[in-house]
Amino acid sequence: MKRFIGFIKKEFFHILRDRRSLFILFGMPIVQIMLFGFAITNEINNVDIAVLDHSKDDVTKEIIDKIAASKYFSIKAFIDNETAIEKVFEKGQIKAVLNFEPDFSRKLIAENGATVQILTDATDPNTANTISNYTGAILQKYQQELNQNVAISYQIVPQTRMVYNPELKSVFMFVPGVMTIILMLVSAMMTSISITREKELGTMEILLVSPLKPAQVIIGKVVPYVFLSVINAVIIIILSIFVFKMPVEGSLFLLGAESILFIINALSLGILISTISSTQQTAMMVSLMGLMLPVILLSGFIFPISSMPLPLQIISNAIPAKWFIIILKGIMLKGVGLAYLWKESLILVGMTLFFMAMSVKKYKIRLE
Amino acid sequence: MSISIKNISKSYGKVKALTDISFDIKQGELFGLIGPDGAGKTTLFRILTTLLFPDKGEATVADYDIIKDYKDIRSHAGYMPGRFSLYQDLTVAENLTFFATIFGTTIEENYDLIKDIYMQIEPFKNRRAGKLSGGMKQKLALSCALIHKPKVLFLDEPTTGVDPVSRKEFWEMLKRLQKKDITILVSTPYMDEAELCDRIALITDGEILQVDTPQAIMQAFPKTIYKVRTSETYRLIKDLKTYPKTHSAYPFGEYLHFTSTDENLDPEELIHFLEQKKHTQIEVEKIDASIEDTFMELTHTREVNAHD
Repeated sequence: MKRFIGFIKKEFFHILRDRRSLFILFGMPIVQIMLFGFAITNEINNVDIAVLDHSKDDVTKEIIDKIAASKYFSIKAFIDNETAIEKVFEKGQIKAVLNFEPDFSRKLIAENGATVQILTDATDPNTANTISNYTGAILQKYQQELNQNVAISYQIVPQTRMVYNPELKSVFMFVPGVMTIILMLVSAMMTSISITREKELGTMEILLVSPLKPAQVIIGKVVPYVFLSVINAVIIIILSIFVFKMPVEGSLFLLGAESILFIINALSLGILISTISSTQQTAMMVSLMGLMLPVILLSGFIFPISSMPLPLQIISNAIPAKWFIIILKGIMLKGVGLAYLWKESLILVGMTLFFMAMSVKKYKIRLE
Repeated sequence: MSISIKNISKSYGKVKALTDISFDIKQGELFGLIGPDGAGKTTLFRILTTLLFPDKGEATVADYDIIKDYKDIRSHAGYMPGRFSLYQDLTVAENLTFFATIFGTTIEENYDLIKDIYMQIEPFKNRRAGKLSGGMKQKLALSCALIHKPKVLFLDEPTTGVDPVSRKEFWEMLKRLQKKDITILVSTPYMDEAELCDRIALITDGEILQVDTPQAIMQAFPKTIYKVRTSETYRLIKDLKTYPKTHSAYPFGEYLHFTSTDENLDPEELIHFLEQKKHTQIEVEKIDASIEDTFMELTHTREVNAHD
């Protein structure tokens, strides 16, 4: 036991002496969460649009006012002919143009319908889509107001309510994702690098020739990083609660326990990586390419798993991050407990045990 | 027997690193493994320290079998690899404490064993190991390898890359350690260090050429050696190759060591030949064989045999 504690002490020396890594270790989560929280969002806000109004009557004026009043759009230009449309798009600032046909209000009343064309700059398809949805919604709402006094015999009125995230804040989606990425990266990459560093510097040779047992070396490597990753997780949770008003509906205790489970899972993956790579560089590449990309692309963090082709959906099951994100969202947004999350938790436990068994099996007590 | 090696062979794929190595090292002996780079010294060390499996053969270290009892060897052997293998970001004292702890001991417990060596670096004990000079690194590495009072000490090229003064000091330290009943197996590419060992094994291309005391090896040299020098060393080598009575001529510093096929060669005859070749400032002097001469001679015979 004394040997083991001595080993852990040595690991802490390594970590604390390497100022640059330490800075990355704690700087990265803060920077990432801020970036995703503030800068990178898929909501739209104050999008610049232009209006081409051929009729200039009361109705179009009212619609334009409604659009201008919404926080999503700001009307930057009024243009007076079709050729100008292309010009404003080319400048790049204007993302959408509303084109009202001539005689708008007369047609609306006399012919029971008038057209407004919504042109969007689809070089960014996501934004274009959102713009067209939002304008469509504003127009529809206006139409309902118009029809209020007219009795239409059959009408289906959809009443949508966005549960768990009524304001559709994208930060609610990013926080669990970023937390997952950071914990995965810090835990897996740092441990795999710290073990391969010993191989590269030749100190592994001396450790092998010592009476230390493989399990002591492996667990000794893991313990300090569990500690650091828990601090990281706490920083992220505090930031998301106080800066982004992210709710934690469920139990904080469960959230902590699940985070530790995921950290250990990532650490055991890191050890596994270190047993198959012999240099720090390989370990880093494997961690980055092998973990980072699947975590971002296949975990459901950014792209919904349900809309992936079937083979990718199947592969996504093998990614621990996917299950952790489900757990995080469950606890933070839905406030559910272990009764609902036992399956995901069990999968993570199983994966962890598998990685650990593999690493102990693969850990070489000799040089070849 | 402190170390006993029987018919050890080891290959890396098609490359043969060690071929049928056998020799014994007695308790308390300072035994040198002498050979050039790539001779297989490190491979043999790694097999004896249980880091590698031999393909064939068996060996015991302190009466423990290297395969069956590898755990016992790992607690009773001290190993200092060829490359500096301590934690560069840890201080001198932290490194030593760490190695003491993982071997289940403390610095105080075995301080008398390392005192001699450690005292010299103790003034720098709060300095990071990475910032030490070559000689000090080596002293620290030796202290770390000794801290658990090993029965057998393996030192793989401990003096490579160390200045001559520190090298001399290092060998004095080894002599003192030997008195504390530690068996020491040390490898070196420096032939002059061979003479400081009790016994040596000459190794090249994974084969043992000879095992004996350095004195016996030098005395057993079968030929008379002359050291030869003229004003033009390079032309001298070329000309000696054309001399009919040349057996071998190897450059040693500023001299050439020359042996003849004719044991009764009169040095005047050689001088006369060189004069004919227009050499000036000719020096020819009979000398005693060194370990290096023996090594070159043995390698030479081995190569000639291989060609036949």
